[in-house]
Amino acid sequence: MKSAVIVFPGLNRDRDMIAALTKVSGTAPATVWHQDADIPDVDLIVIPGGFSYGDYLRCGAIAARSPIMDKVRAHAARGGKVLGVCNGFQILIEAGLLPGALMRNMSLKFVCREVKLEVVNADTDFTRGYTKGEVFRCPVAHHDGNFFADSDTIARLEGDGRVAFRYAEGTNPNGSINDIAGIFNEQKNVLGLMPHPENLIEAAHGGDDGRALFAGLLGKAA
Amino acid sequence: MTYQNNITITPQLVADHGLKPDEFDKIVALIGRQPNYTELGIFSAMWNEHCSYKSSKKWLKTLPTSGPRVIQGPGENAGVVDIGDGQAIVFKMESHNHPSFIEPYQGAGTGMGGILRDVFTMGARPVAAMNALRFGSPDHEKTRHLVSGVVAGIGGYGNAFGVPTVGGEVEFDERYNGNILVNAFAAGLADTDKIFYSKAEGVGLPVVYLGAKTGRDGVGGATMASAEFGDDIEEKRPTVQVGDPFTEKRLLEACLELMATGAVIAIQDMGAAGLTCSAVEMGAKGDLGIELNLDMVPVRETAMTPYEMMLSESQERMLMVLHPEKEAEARAVFVKWELDFATVGKTTDDLRFRVMWQGEEVANLPIKELGDEAPEYDRPWMASAPPAPLAAGDVPQMDVADALLKLIGGHQSASRRWVYEQYDTLIQGNSLQRPGGDAGVIRVEGHETKGLAFSSDVTPRYCEADPYEGGKQAVAECWRNLTATGAEPLAATDNLNFGNPERPEIMGQLVGAIKGIGEACLALDFPIVSGNVSLYNETNGRGILPTPTIGGVGLLPDWSQMARIGFAAANQVILLVGAPANRGTHLGQSIYLRDLFGRKDGPAPHVDLAHERRTGDFVRKLIRSGVVTACHDLSDGGLGLGLAEMAVASGIGATVTDLTDQDPILQYFGEDQGRYLVTVNLDPQGDDLAALWKEAESLGIFAPWIGTTGGETLVLGAARPVAVAALKSAHEGWFPSYMDGKAA
Repeated sequence: MKSAVIVFPGLNRDRDMIAALTKVSGTAPATVWHQDADIPDVDLIVIPGGFSYGDYLRCGAIAARSPIMDKVRAHAARGGKVLGVCNGFQILIEAGLLPGALMRNMSLKFVCREVKLEVVNADTDFTRGYTKGEVFRCPVAHHDGNFFADSDTIARLEGDGRVAFRYAEGTNPNGSINDIAGIFNEQKNVLGLMPHPENLIEAAHGGDDGRALFAGLLGKAA
Repeated sequence: MTYQNNITITPQLVADHGLKPDEFDKIVALIGRQPNYTELGIFSAMWNEHCSYKSSKKWLKTLPTSGPRVIQGPGENAGVVDIGDGQAIVFKMESHNHPSFIEPYQGAGTGMGGILRDVFTMGARPVAAMNALRFGSPDHEKTRHLVSGVVAGIGGYGNAFGVPTVGGEVEFDERYNGNILVNAFAAGLADTDKIFYSKAEGVGLPVVYLGAKTGRDGVGGATMASAEFGDDIEEKRPTVQVGDPFTEKRLLEACLELMATGAVIAIQDMGAAGLTCSAVEMGAKGDLGIELNLDMVPVRETAMTPYEMMLSESQERMLMVLHPEKEAEARAVFVKWELDFATVGKTTDDLRFRVMWQGEEVANLPIKELGDEAPEYDRPWMASAPPAPLAAGDVPQMDVADALLKLIGGHQSASRRWVYEQYDTLIQGNSLQRPGGDAGVIRVEGHETKGLAFSSDVTPRYCEADPYEGGKQAVAECWRNLTATGAEPLAATDNLNFGNPERPEIMGQLVGAIKGIGEACLALDFPIVSGNVSLYNETNGRGILPTPTIGGVGLLPDWSQMARIGFAAANQVILLVGAPANRGTHLGQSIYLRDLFGRKDGPAPHVDLAHERRTGDFVRKLIRSGVVTACHDLSDGGLGLGLAEMAVASGIGATVTDLTDQDPILQYFGEDQGRYLVTVNLDPQGDDLAALWKEAESLGIFAPWIGTTGGETLVLGAARPVAVAALKSAHEGWFPSYMDGKAA
């Protein structure tokens, strides 16, 4: 599977994401600068974490209006896969590719710690490396990860199997409604999540619980 | 706009610029005439304590600064140390104390920004940060506000910039009530053949301004402008600088990209005294003159005067000398990152620092003298008498279990999780040990096995009691913390925070501490490669506790052998390596006395540097042999607290046997130096342990077997067993509860 990582100024987990994709798949993803005219022909587009444009407006709001996002939308409309992690998730929501909103953490503070995630839907390319109900470790590092949506949207997300991951065992770090940590779009080819699986993929990270996401996605045995 | 440059320089104006009358006379003698207003500003910026080190230089020169691995010692933006395989670690620590007290969020954030810039100016990508923070008493009305703002400010800047915080310190003491300390450390990795320096070379080459625009922030922050200028006063308001981590992150990427093109001859970041200091330094180091044309400086406010432009401390700016044929290529990099790029001057061969503005020469000064001829003082100093030893038998008693719970749940030793969870500790994916252990450890990206350890240390109460022993102890503890992970300590940076050096007793503290630091660095082969001095830290005539913070870096050849503080398993033999015959003896200046009995008496503990060296080398060797399953150095709170921290980190308890002929209080809470708790997976009756003891004995190191890990309680001899869960709850409880407004 071929992949590309989009870089906006201010993102800072692009190198972590590129390392994870490279280590799991054996090939480096293409790196696309936000001003590039085109995204190469790939199966997976990843928007990594960070602080695009400093997050001086609503997180992700400026990047979401960047011309390159039209190419991301077109890719998603064709059924291509899109993964947004942390700021990438915020950008996907601001770009309208995913519903809801990510508000300031309930503590009003940045939080970097390890949480537990429960796999809610394992029947997708993103989550097939896990089993339904499986609980795994994953770090978070964000200031604005408090997921919220109106009750109709939440009902649809829950009813249609569009909740990918839930914070488990009382580890919700930000006050997200229904402990939601990651969601799919309707077609389940777009995933956004706040936690950072790319920071838990090898012994040096103290575990490899996040590896299965990339392995499943890239078609590699976990 | 009219700019009154040739005004009469009155004694009041000179004083308002922080210059003494004799210093002003020296300026007049140097340049052979009265300086104009801009020139006075330039001199005040170059000759203040912060830039000139005029009170401390004489003593700083005595520190050991070289070694086989040292590529660059003090005098550049940061120190550079060889870590092998063509790579170097570039690091420094710097204070941002005063701004952080006035405006904690921006003050601490821009402190972070400044130290990161110091590192990437040299061509290194920042890979680790630490922060040593000292606040007033927990019950002081301002403390919570300052803790909350400083921590958020560091997080807000560092998290957006994208560097992991791997360690640091947080301490409280009433002596910081009116003057907190914010000492920021950063380290970056670079290739040894691609280090960039500030020394300009070549005549007639473009001097280029890069990064953010210049505003009025910070103008006169160090050198307050005169009220005699009536209308101007509003424009010269001293303001704390405002940080912009987004620009800093772009500046980092743009600088590294630019350096890779081969266009950069010299580079200097604009920190304190901005354009003035950076331009003078680049020229003076290269024996060149510099001519600046201020009309070309990108500004973000209207009607800025030359004085303001020269003294602005706007953040996220750099000055470079570039190869002219690469200027277009260089400009393209900055256009890509949407940063300002302006040629603002050129190098000259006349050794003058010339500043042009609207066709007029507003300053023309000898460039070498601006830096080199700064006043240097041999200030009178007075060594303070060390406190009398505690009377024999003066061991105030308390139930050992109660004391342990109080200390581990007190402000000095409680977990700093509330603080470090607001910092990104794992970005870059190389964090092997995050805050909470003895040292932070990262792996060296691109290398299979190599790791780097970082620690920041000082015990100000020891330095107050005995600056010399305290200085030694700060270095020794840093060295010990690095060693406890299995790392070989390579080099250190010092951030010397003291009160007013014009008072002989304060100068005596500075002198004593530097002597102690120097002696310890020499004995431990731990040279000082960079640093910063922050003086005049006092309020209403009372200085802070003398606080010479030491930030150290160590190298692990193979991180898979690294030790951690948590007990690894049950049934491990616990050794107290480096112990005196009675395990613990020294209660003077301990937290047991201070926090449980309100006593700040007794001498600071003595550091035996030869013993320190032998013990550390032995522990490191044990760790690298693979026999050690956990390791923790002893510091605040002694053996009792050390054991409790190892238990809390793992959830595994331990049972320790009392030494019958020594007071348990001294055994468990004495703060004797040079000790490590080491657990080994060896049969207590077996040959391997016997061999270990034999080797220790031959080295003159006492390493008694004091207990065994296991169970869910910590049993300190005859004391009541304490559940590890109770220790953990006390340890984790204090900080969040305090910040929620509960009693200190």
